[in-house]
Amino acid sequence: MNELLRVEQLGVVFHAARGRVYAVDGVDLAIAPGEVLGLVGESGSGKSVTLRAIARLLHEEAHITGRVLWQGRDLLTLPARALEQVRGAGIGTIFQEPMAALNPVLSIGLQIDESLRAHTGLDAAGRRARARELLDLVGIADAASRLRQYPHEFSGGMRQRAMIAIALAANPKLLLADEPTTALDVTIQDQILRLLLRLVSELSMAMLLVTHDLGVVASTCDRVAVMYAGRLCETGPTAQVLHAPRHAYTDALLRALPGEGAARARLQPIPGMPPRIDHPSPGCPFAPRCTHAEPRCDRERPAMQDVAPGRASACFAQDRLGVAA
Amino acid sequence: MSGDILSVAGVSKHFVGRRGVLDALRGRPMPVVHALEDVSLAIRRGETLGIVGESGCGKSTLARCLVGLHQPDAGSIAWDPAALGGRPRFRASQMVFQDPFGSLNPRLTVGSALAEVVGVHRLRPKSEIGARVRELLEQVHLPADAAQRYPHEFSGGQRQRIGIARALAAEPLMLIADEPVSALDVSVQAQIVNLFLELQERLALTLVFITHDLRLVRHLTERVAVMYLGRVVEVAETQALFADPRHPYTQGLLKAVPTIAQATRPAGPAITGELPSPLAPPPGCAFHPRCPIAVARCRTERPALLPDPAAPGLARERSAPDAHRVACHLAPQAAATAPA
Repeated sequence: MNELLRVEQLGVVFHAARGRVYAVDGVDLAIAPGEVLGLVGESGSGKSVTLRAIARLLHEEAHITGRVLWQGRDLLTLPARALEQVRGAGIGTIFQEPMAALNPVLSIGLQIDESLRAHTGLDAAGRRARARELLDLVGIADAASRLRQYPHEFSGGMRQRAMIAIALAANPKLLLADEPTTALDVTIQDQILRLLLRLVSELSMAMLLVTHDLGVVASTCDRVAVMYAGRLCETGPTAQVLHAPRHAYTDALLRALPGEGAARARLQPIPGMPPRIDHPSPGCPFAPRCTHAEPRCDRERPAMQDVAPGRASACFAQDRLGVAA
Repeated sequence: MSGDILSVAGVSKHFVGRRGVLDALRGRPMPVVHALEDVSLAIRRGETLGIVGESGCGKSTLARCLVGLHQPDAGSIAWDPAALGGRPRFRASQMVFQDPFGSLNPRLTVGSALAEVVGVHRLRPKSEIGARVRELLEQVHLPADAAQRYPHEFSGGQRQRIGIARALAAEPLMLIADEPVSALDVSVQAQIVNLFLELQERLALTLVFITHDLRLVRHLTERVAVMYLGRVVEVAETQALFADPRHPYTQGLLKAVPTIAQATRPAGPAITGELPSPLAPPPGCAFHPRCPIAVARCRTERPALLPDPAAPGLARERSAPDAHRVACHLAPQAAATAPA
């Protein structure tokens, strides 16, 4: 496969006061140019930490292992200056809460200009024109006056658009999006997802979309990777994974959703509680809650195996699943 | 069919905001948020009513009015005296909040928090309070030793169970749950949804379920009220609403929800534009600036919430309580443009 970004055996350990937290454990991912890859999981699954590790946005206490290969270079060992060139110019990032990511005391125009100055060779006039162009591109009307405004003068949806404009300033080839629509209302979420999909296709950009919402994955991602307790459960084309999961966790997660089925029927919750990542299990982390678990699941860690063209799963029960409910 | 347990008639609630010194000197009026405008709604005994809408639509303000945390500025909220059966009305409805941690005293054990509710309302003699607390914990499937522990020792899902037990401690007729599962992960969400279903059967509770999650509403509720900018724009039986939404806003809302089944987003945005400021709601139909089919009349004349003449079965019973009601001048035309 022609790859834009390749993540190999990524591991992230935080050294907290109460001990080590294994946030990400042996994750392999690859993103092709122009592809939208969804990274989905519940809270604490390590999906956001994975994204931040790729962009090297984690703080110093995080111990990161593995490789993140970008155009033949390992981002994890890249010196600071070279890394800045990759960030922004090669890889743009947007977050869930634009109010926290934007600088509250700088106008939107200045913040876009900052990004343009760092990553393009444009002169002042060129940057002004480009900033207006970017706001148009992300659907913010009346660009000239909007550029003079501050983040608090924007609505939630407009702030997210402004953050996308900043991320796009240097024409990145990959956009890392961390729950970009989670804080938004459903009609605004719909607008922002459409915007992102349009930009991906118009700018031939790839996107790594981190989300907890399987519905968002279904309608936006080409491929999906499911995470649980810091580990990758399965990867594959979105429709295949969501309609015929090959990992017991994906299967259970899909069954827990309120579906189109019988109204007021009991849902099928996943028993038990999310795992503790400070004491990783030697076996499959999902085993204690899994209805398909066998004795070896507690002891032995299932390896990621190809189960179909373009699909892989780390589950001993992979062949007993795949029968749609 | 059982009767109405609670009638909300013409309820409005405004909040006066703050203005800066300059605005005060210029003699500008205080900004007023129109959180609820002329909301009328009947809640039936034993039903599960969903109230849906996006942020700022007034659904939480309505919830707070229903339990008496807010006094409405206009209109009335009246209980059926027969249903109350001598119960004081402040105990008849109890609220379950989105974040139970914020509504539980961190310094009280779960057992004392529950005992306090039972004691304050004088629902049991002192000697029986301990047994009642154990019974409440059992009802929400928490272990008996939970009584000795503090809220911070529990996970999010367990805390929500405590929040529900606290509401049940007052022996209410009606639970009002404001986004009770929004903060929970999907796998835990299902546990709490099942708990609501089970409690409702066991205790014959009326449940008002307030949420922005249309998938949950579809699964859990029997009737739905859709709110937009402080008003109810459509009320119908859940099945009818999802099968045949009449208000253009409801149609857009349903179209915007991403589902597992749908592989691509339907063409064209579900709803364009953003929510207008509740400080200055648009005249006429509040939805007209974003409505794809608005006409001149929509900009000046406010549509009333009326039984939809085009809805099936209405010729029979125009005033039927389960009538599909919609506040849209163009409801018949809207139906014609509805997504298939």
